[in-house]
Amino acid sequence: MSDHKHLSQLNGPLVWQGFRQLAPISLFVMIFGAAFGLAAIQQGLTEANVLAMSGLVFAGAAQFAALDLWGERIPLFTVMITVFAINARHLLMGATLYPWLRHTPGVKRYGMMLLSSDANWALAIQSFSRKQPGFGMLVGGGLALWLAWMLGTGLGIYFGNAISDPKVYGLDMALGCFLLALVVGGEKSLHTIMIWAVAASGSILAFLYLPENSHVIIGALAGGLVGLMPGGKDNES
Amino acid sequence: MSPEIMISNPWIVIVAMALTTLATRWGGVFIMTVVPIGPRVQRFIQAMSASVLVAILAPLALTGDWGARFALLTTAVVVLVVKKPLPGIAAGIAVAALVRLV
Repeated sequence: MSDHKHLSQLNGPLVWQGFRQLAPISLFVMIFGAAFGLAAIQQGLTEANVLAMSGLVFAGAAQFAALDLWGERIPLFTVMITVFAINARHLLMGATLYPWLRHTPGVKRYGMMLLSSDANWALAIQSFSRKQPGFGMLVGGGLALWLAWMLGTGLGIYFGNAISDPKVYGLDMALGCFLLALVVGGEKSLHTIMIWAVAASGSILAFLYLPENSHVIIGALAGGLVGLMPGGKDNES
Repeated sequence: MSPEIMISNPWIVIVAMALTTLATRWGGVFIMTVVPIGPRVQRFIQAMSASVLVAILAPLALTGDWGARFALLTTAVVVLVVKKPLPGIAAGIAVAALVRLV
């Protein structure tokens, strides 16, 4: 437990390290921010609306989905349910950080979580599993991603037409390839591979047969159950 | 007959979206503060953290276009061989662009 406490530290150099670590992927996030800014303006939102949404919500997929529901009159509950379903994976991500978050005071704990998103969460968990302090990744990386998302949104509002279709250049794959590189680059034991197989199967089955946006939750919970089976002692953290 | 409220002020919807997202960023942590953490819960959580990324990626590999599939395959192979993430990501993006060019 004192081990966890040591890993829970956060200071300037750690934040800066996380910022630099996430800077390359932030460039791609910026391009998607620009795509969002352009799409939102075309959907009739004002410039202030778009910037406020990116700054306060800071969740790309949910923001794009909300645009689909936008109009003169907007269905409030449908938007909220959609946003909740897409972002529900954050519930699990927050829970997985708890073993280290529990050693931080409440304000700092929930303050750091403001910046949590897929890429910086993944790097934070990776650091912790290597017995290195991870909250620099969460906070510094989160700041890099947030700034890039805001800058990109602004660029999209004012010069959006320059990058109308990031797919042509393969840029839509940047985040997916980044996350996959983290998975593949991580530790691979038989136990881990079994967890991955169950998580992937659960996710795909949910994707095909269950309500939209449930696949990440179902896959992650299914993988979590594998951890309860015997034989999982080899990767204690 | 869904009990829906139609809103014409976008600010209300934006604030509602922000609060909903905040609830997901804070909710998981908060729930853990009331769950007693024994070794079983700890193992469950650890396995879950290894699963989240795979659960995000699996449907992408299954239902994506060939550009997406070859991009992921390329990234996986390059990272396994070179043991560094950035060349793998760059190669994946390049392959997606190339496949879609064809």
